[in-house]
Amino acid sequence: MGRNILFVTTDQQRADTLGCYGGQVARTPVVDSLAAAGVRYQRAVPQSVVCMPSRSTMITGQHPSTHGVWMNGVPLPPDAPSVAEVLRSAGYRTALVGKAHFEPFLDPFLRFTENSLSRTGTAPPGGSHRGFEHLELATHGVVGPLHYARWLRSEHPEAVPMFYPVLDADLGVNDLGGGDTGAPQVKVNPVPRGWYHTDWVADRTIAWLEGLPADADWFCWMSFPDPHHPWDPPQSEVGRIDWREVPLPAGFPGDRAERERIIDAKPRHWRLWYDGALVSNYEAPARWVPATLTEDQVREVNARNAVECELIDEALGRVLAAVGRRGWEADTDVFFTTDHGELQGDFGLLFKGPYHVDGLMRLPLIWRPAAPTAAGPTVVTTPVGLVDLAPTFCAVAGVAVPEWMQGSPLPAGPGGGPERVLTEWDSELFGVGVHLRTVTRDGWVCTAYRPGTVHDGSEGELYALDEDPLQRENRWSDPALAAVRADLLADLWDSQPPVRRPRLEVEAPV
Amino acid sequence: MRRHVVIHRPAAEVWSLVGRPDRIHEWFPGITSCRVDGEERVVVTGAGVAMAERILTDDPLLRRFQYRITAPLFRDHLSTLDVIELDAGSCMVVYGVDAEPAPLALVIAGAAGEALANLRQLMEGGL
Repeated sequence: MGRNILFVTTDQQRADTLGCYGGQVARTPVVDSLAAAGVRYQRAVPQSVVCMPSRSTMITGQHPSTHGVWMNGVPLPPDAPSVAEVLRSAGYRTALVGKAHFEPFLDPFLRFTENSLSRTGTAPPGGSHRGFEHLELATHGVVGPLHYARWLRSEHPEAVPMFYPVLDADLGVNDLGGGDTGAPQVKVNPVPRGWYHTDWVADRTIAWLEGLPADADWFCWMSFPDPHHPWDPPQSEVGRIDWREVPLPAGFPGDRAERERIIDAKPRHWRLWYDGALVSNYEAPARWVPATLTEDQVREVNARNAVECELIDEALGRVLAAVGRRGWEADTDVFFTTDHGELQGDFGLLFKGPYHVDGLMRLPLIWRPAAPTAAGPTVVTTPVGLVDLAPTFCAVAGVAVPEWMQGSPLPAGPGGGPERVLTEWDSELFGVGVHLRTVTRDGWVCTAYRPGTVHDGSEGELYALDEDPLQRENRWSDPALAAVRADLLADLWDSQPPVRRPRLEVEAPV
Repeated sequence: MRRHVVIHRPAAEVWSLVGRPDRIHEWFPGITSCRVDGEERVVVTGAGVAMAERILTDDPLLRRFQYRITAPLFRDHLSTLDVIELDAGSCMVVYGVDAEPAPLALVIAGAAGEALANLRQLMEGGL
């Protein structure tokens, strides 16, 4: 028997929502204990700050330019390389439970396997899909024809209207406010906890694990849809955290003038979005104006987000206990991460978009190896990327890292790791194009803007991570840093990954 | 939104399928059946959604087919299919979509792109 892999992802979770990353609001003892026993990566950087490109990077081990999923709504081709297929070919049993999102959700024609599978069960036609022999899929609430939505509609139809309506009548991301403060994407959700998708994902993961032979090698991607908006955790759990007592995040400048001064020093689309004058991407409510965000709304969003993080932590604890009951604890590597972060009040903003700053770019990433590493429990401070996950899984399984993977196995201790981590953003939606390329290395984050609807290609952002961990002061135009900027840009452009041709089409908004 | 495909078959041959509103389910993946009654067409999608449509143009000389989805989800919609002769043995099929709410245009165009690829395969592989 080899080493099993439990790959746990959440959706849109900042590193600082976890105790082991300094979080003060949510209690996350299970993830914290994994970090205490394993490797915690202090600066894990996504290759994209939206779901589909980032998830496609995790499964392919490639950058978005190469796998081709350049924005949400672009489906990852069914024959794209997959680390799950590599492991399956090596004899692993494979499952994905929870949120996949390699294919668009808005799919009335049921063109995509993720959306059509629940009609027939959990075993995809042909024996596997993207290398997974078992898929039970969910997303936020009762959206689409996924397994969780089908189950809830069938078993608990009265719960369907309890959830926040993620999309509005125009199929845009809803700006409807709720809760005590009227914050967007907040709703009081009376759904019983046991029917909520977080516990469902854990339950279905446990069921799959319990059905495996004792001597199976397995790879299970358990993918929680939370704490991605909407922020509508079960009402029974909301009382855990009184939003009135939640401190404002360090990234939220309480003084409006200061907030706007910071934003005005960044490229134009920052201020345009803040003022509600430009919507460059689908992932935030188009009608919501960030400048209207109040301190109390930030507190309430963060409180509800923290409740969702606690529920994930507890659900993960149940799954780890099930792994232990099967006697697999010493044979199982556990990875915990997310696809991208959430602004969550930073700069007076919520949600996500073409903003390559800490809230979206610094992710939780924890690896609790099956066997103790030579370095022991440790913290890795050098940047690593989600692109490094797939090769790490190969290394854990003892299979050769395929040449098509662009990352490298994660360092198990201080030292090592990639020289640089790249992040990219491309969006072209409803007449607005935005294109960013970012390099994180040597204590700097440097973002170059390619020409787009509101950028002429000369704009950029430059931050010193040690001096400015929240990226408040854009030093792109600082003459004292001209040489640093030039070096970083040269490295950024020299390091760009191969671009898939022809470019894949956007086939849905999300 | 707009999608197009070049098909190495004569325009008239391609039009013989594209211009038949009652045969859309033969080449448009995700449409499982359709029923045509005069200018009204109802297509049923893979998700079981019945979408009512009004046929606006079916012009064999121009080789243009236009329809409007009248299902309640759409405030407005117009899809236009043009089969444009390139030479005696090939043509270009262009599928243009306008819709309100705008996200629906992306959804229709995404499916249309796959449909055009399927159409090319069908036509070049022989019907």
